[in-house]
Amino acid sequence: MADAFIEIASVSKSFGSVTAVDNISLSIRKGEFFSLLGPSGCGKTTLLRILGGFETPSDGKVMIEGQEVTHMPAHLRSTNMVFQNYAIFPHLNVEQNVAYGLRQQKLSREAQAEKVSAALAMVQLEGFEKRGADEMSGGQKQRVALARALIKRPKVLLLDEPLGALDKKLREEMQIELRILQQQVGITFVFVTHDQEEALTLSDRIAVMSEGRILQNAPPREIYERPCSRAVADFIGQMNLLDGVVASVDEQISVSSAALGPVSVGSNNQTVRTGDAVTLAVRPENLSLSDVPTPGGLAVTLKASAYFGDTTHYRVNPLEGDGSTLDVSQQDYQGSDRSGDQAWLHFDSSNFLLLKD
Amino acid sequence: MNRNMNVAARILGAYAVIYVAYLYVPVLFLPLFSFNDSIYISFPLRGWTLKWYQTMFANEALHRALVNSLKVGMMTALISTILGILGARAVTRYQLPGQKPVVAMIMLPLVVPEIILAMAMLIVILRMGGSLGLVSIAAGHVLICVPFAMVVLMSRFEGFDRSLEEASYDLGENAWWTFWRVTFPNVLPGIVASLLLTFTISFDEFIMAFFLGSTNPTLPVFMWNQLRFPKLLPGVLALGACILIASVFIVLLAEWFRRRNTSETQTGDMTIG
Repeated sequence: MADAFIEIASVSKSFGSVTAVDNISLSIRKGEFFSLLGPSGCGKTTLLRILGGFETPSDGKVMIEGQEVTHMPAHLRSTNMVFQNYAIFPHLNVEQNVAYGLRQQKLSREAQAEKVSAALAMVQLEGFEKRGADEMSGGQKQRVALARALIKRPKVLLLDEPLGALDKKLREEMQIELRILQQQVGITFVFVTHDQEEALTLSDRIAVMSEGRILQNAPPREIYERPCSRAVADFIGQMNLLDGVVASVDEQISVSSAALGPVSVGSNNQTVRTGDAVTLAVRPENLSLSDVPTPGGLAVTLKASAYFGDTTHYRVNPLEGDGSTLDVSQQDYQGSDRSGDQAWLHFDSSNFLLLKD
Repeated sequence: MNRNMNVAARILGAYAVIYVAYLYVPVLFLPLFSFNDSIYISFPLRGWTLKWYQTMFANEALHRALVNSLKVGMMTALISTILGILGARAVTRYQLPGQKPVVAMIMLPLVVPEIILAMAMLIVILRMGGSLGLVSIAAGHVLICVPFAMVVLMSRFEGFDRSLEEASYDLGENAWWTFWRVTFPNVLPGIVASLLLTFTISFDEFIMAFFLGSTNPTLPVFMWNQLRFPKLLPGVLALGACILIASVFIVLLAEWFRRRNTSETQTGDMTIG
């Protein structure tokens, strides 16, 4: 990529016989909010630690702004990290924590105090200067960790699941603040999370990782609407995944699935041949139910329902199918929702995705 | 059933009282008889007096012995704590080849009979042409104090979060500055505890001090010498009472330091001996 700010080239990292990062190549643009998303143990934290200089790759190169930093130790890098547990120095107060990285700049006392109060203002912690590390909530510690890292004016800010320890409400608040802060300072953020919703909300681009590899690297909308594989589709949001076989390839591809019968779908940039085993993917919100028979409706049996407030999820079982179930998300279904009731399922086959693996 | 439980509780309670009495009553006789106006240790007490304390404070040889013990104790505390810091940091921060056997060997002096260690050191020092005195005693004390320093410091090093050191590197400090700005302040309570504990062990130690000392004794050896003269015994009791109080105070202080700030960083309890 021409405008790559961070370039990760064929990087691998093994710990003994375990390969944590497996030949990853990745470019991150300047000023981008980039997320590494995956389940625990997928190698996302190891990759972040390689960027921070806490791990040395077993193989490959890391470049930041055109300079190779593969073997550069952490204290010489222009990256800063917000640690998962925040790593607030317990023997120092808020002010001293935030000023920690300024020692080498040999600032006058006034200049340092000015910088510290500017950094604290940025994370809305004015008046907390003299607080001790054990006198702060999780959200406040997180702000201190952010201020402490940003005061160094890093080229890249690395964030290792910084919102993981916060409760849901505070977490959603911090997500918005983090996004605003990133746009304000214009620093490249590399953000590690296992929370797909968080990644979708915050990021300019997401790399979905599994077992040390990147499955898909794309903007959130593309990841959500056009996952490239069954694994990504399964990991991001709710998705009905149906096994099928390609019946014919034409302008449209006809797939016969045991659950729904024949379905015509677009190619989704996948090249398939007649007879290939494929997966059909469709989001619950792209399916709907009605309680009276309608043309094109597929007769189904209701198995269960779950009320979520803004929507209700129904699990249904097509009468003609092989017994596999689909989840439907719908707000305005009027019919009875007792288990065993009959309903009619509607779908637009253009909402179906064809996945090869 | 209620009655049975009451009986059991009473028996256990009595056991606890007897146990604590067994631990502390003999020790408490020491200060008690140091105030007795007689050179014989027997009841009833003849009367109260402070004269043993007066003779004790007037005794020049005792002063020398006390100063000797303080010197040896301070040397021992300083050297074994520094060795303990280096060892504990290495063991808790790095994966070293043969780490377990090495740690086990450092801890070995805890279980090897001290008299064996003392004789072995005596032979080695004399064979090598070394001279006996306060330095050789301190050398022996370092040997037995390093395991204690290691135990105290390892629990402190293990208790504090590694990511604090990483955060310091991340913020631009190298290993040297990271040690002084983050590691040292966080293990400081452990260091103080180790200094106090090793000092106390050295101060009370007899066997090494007896084998490796010259004619210029440390306090425990001086006391042992005094015991051979019955009329000096009450003076020794007075001295013993003073040492007892000082030791208890130092150990309590060490434990307080060790536990300070540990609530958020660690849970491990001290296991010694």
